[in-house]
Amino acid sequence: MIVTGKGGVGKTTVAVALGLRAAAEGKRTIVCEVASQENASRMFDHTAVGFHEVEMEENLWSISIDPDESMREYVLLQLKVRAMRDMLFRSRIFNYLAAATPGLKELVTIGKIWELAQLDRKVKSGRKYDLVIVDAPATGHGVGFLQTPRTFASIARVGPIHSQAQTLDRFITDHDHTGTAIVSLPEEMPVNESAALEQDLRDEVGVAVDRVYLNGLYPERFSKPEAEKLAALAANEEGAVRAAARAALSEHGRARSQRAQLARLRRRVQTPVKTLPFLFEPELGVEAARQLSRRMG
Amino acid sequence: MPTLFECLEDKSICICAGSGGVGKTTTSAAIATGMAARGLKVCVLTIDPAKRLADSLGMEELGNEARQVDPALFAEQGVEIKGELWAMMLDPKQTFDELIARQAPDEESRDRVLENRIYQQISNALAGSQEYMAMEKLFELHTEADFDLLVLDTPPTRNALDFLDAPKRLTQFIEGRSLKVFMRPTGLAAKVAGRGASVALSVFKRIVGFDLIADLAEFFNAFSGMVDGFQARAKRVNKMLSDPSTCFLVVCGPQGEPINEAVYFHRKLVEAKLPFGGVIVNKVHYPAEQLRGAEPDDLPATLTEKLGDADLAQRVVANFSDYQALAERDARNIEHLATELRTRGVIRVPHLDEDVHDLAGLAEINRYLFATGEERVAMAAGRA
Repeated sequence: MIVTGKGGVGKTTVAVALGLRAAAEGKRTIVCEVASQENASRMFDHTAVGFHEVEMEENLWSISIDPDESMREYVLLQLKVRAMRDMLFRSRIFNYLAAATPGLKELVTIGKIWELAQLDRKVKSGRKYDLVIVDAPATGHGVGFLQTPRTFASIARVGPIHSQAQTLDRFITDHDHTGTAIVSLPEEMPVNESAALEQDLRDEVGVAVDRVYLNGLYPERFSKPEAEKLAALAANEEGAVRAAARAALSEHGRARSQRAQLARLRRRVQTPVKTLPFLFEPELGVEAARQLSRRMG
Repeated sequence: MPTLFECLEDKSICICAGSGGVGKTTTSAAIATGMAARGLKVCVLTIDPAKRLADSLGMEELGNEARQVDPALFAEQGVEIKGELWAMMLDPKQTFDELIARQAPDEESRDRVLENRIYQQISNALAGSQEYMAMEKLFELHTEADFDLLVLDTPPTRNALDFLDAPKRLTQFIEGRSLKVFMRPTGLAAKVAGRGASVALSVFKRIVGFDLIADLAEFFNAFSGMVDGFQARAKRVNKMLSDPSTCFLVVCGPQGEPINEAVYFHRKLVEAKLPFGGVIVNKVHYPAEQLRGAEPDDLPATLTEKLGDADLAQRVVANFSDYQALAERDARNIEHLATELRTRGVIRVPHLDEDVHDLAGLAEINRYLFATGEERVAMAAGRA
């Protein structure tokens, strides 16, 4: 399951919430971060996990996929002769080529995701996972990221990487086993971008889009007649009463404009939309993600 | 503490930097608007603006060229543009193509590069090329156009820092010094360079496929006449960025994560000796105490009495305390930010009730940005 969306919409929180839900259902699940931000492990108050599969809770693991480490692991799996590997890693040329080849970093990152999803793991004594959740790069980078295998397969027309890139492309576009979730916010721009993203994911990448999560939806705490009463209060009172009435009106206004954005989103995307509530929490830690995971259904 | 206008009035470049989703595009547009309103000729460069914002600025059919925004549009929102406001949407691929055309010694070398598949890849997708092209366009406008101030909305990078490394990364790639010698047809250089390098190359060939290497070789050959030009230009771009007439503004949100990223980005700016100008925090919840000096002890009883509805009063109180909790979090995070950055000059833009995507919203943000600290508190207090 690949979790996508524009920056700042709460992709990591949703990815972790999906992970918690799957783990609670007894599925062995791993949440992968690809931008080495380590936000997921930080949510669990865990120290940085790096390029290791680390257990956060029962059935739930986390890994930060670093492209250089992925490249190293890939080469180790390709080359059986130890002396050759050592020579390779010391070589400036090799490091330059690896850094300079467009898309190679993204390709080996996706390669690692693929490897994690295999029941017959390539890595020695690798754990078998029922579900791999990817906290994907923000939109813009996101679509390009998922297209890397196809682009690569067309550039490198021969050699082992050609067939491997094809394998990865089939893996990403396999609608039976791989899906995406788009995370959005109930605001004008994110709704527009989610609609565009859905189209790109379907038409350009060819991946299955399973769910759109509209994150941060304010509760409808006050009815319209109540809001009118509160408006009168805000106009005529002073001090805390006025401030409290204004906070209520602000909540009411935001909740209403968000409902309008929710309706727009539902009109503009083909995928079912699931709403997630705004959490009035100072910091969104693992307990916040757990609350969301219960609302996911 | 100086207002934003005082920060920017003697600058020629303002770069808004920060992670994605913090309102950078809106902030950049509002800054440009505010400076144009105060009599300057300003151009805002953006890569990926909100469609509605672009529409309202008349940017719909805009290509890679700056275009003046009709001042009448702002007059309707009560903002008088005394100077000129220009805007452009950056097309990184086209900018790169133009740069190639500019640097190529002749048409044949230009076409060889433009048609090369590796070039097409990097100009579209290589990490850093968008960022580099944003700076390239900035440099072009800076040296060739007569704007008083250029405002750059940096591309939404995964890491705001990518932006700073972009020119270096791209020129190193194009240069390809360590690679080119091994691609010469004779292969003589490879023999001279020793076994390690040739093994590395052959293994790499095996892994990625021969075609790619051939394409890379062709790419470096096509670029060979332009490397010096590129390097010289990258140097001048860097000089422009570190010039005292350039000002980096860090834009962030009030939550813990964006604040941490802003602290990190500020540190990197200082390390790179780039001129930091100030920090803008968007979507801040202002605390009610600061607005009114309120005493909420008997609030539930008072509200029940005034509203005649205990259930409603209870919900109002619950909602109020939720809002206060967010306001306290924001105040804490901003305090941390101010301490880390050793500045009192944090510009706090309130979380408006409507999300900002049109000119009216832009005009309102602009009023907050250019106010003094005291004025902002008063404005937030007067907000209906």
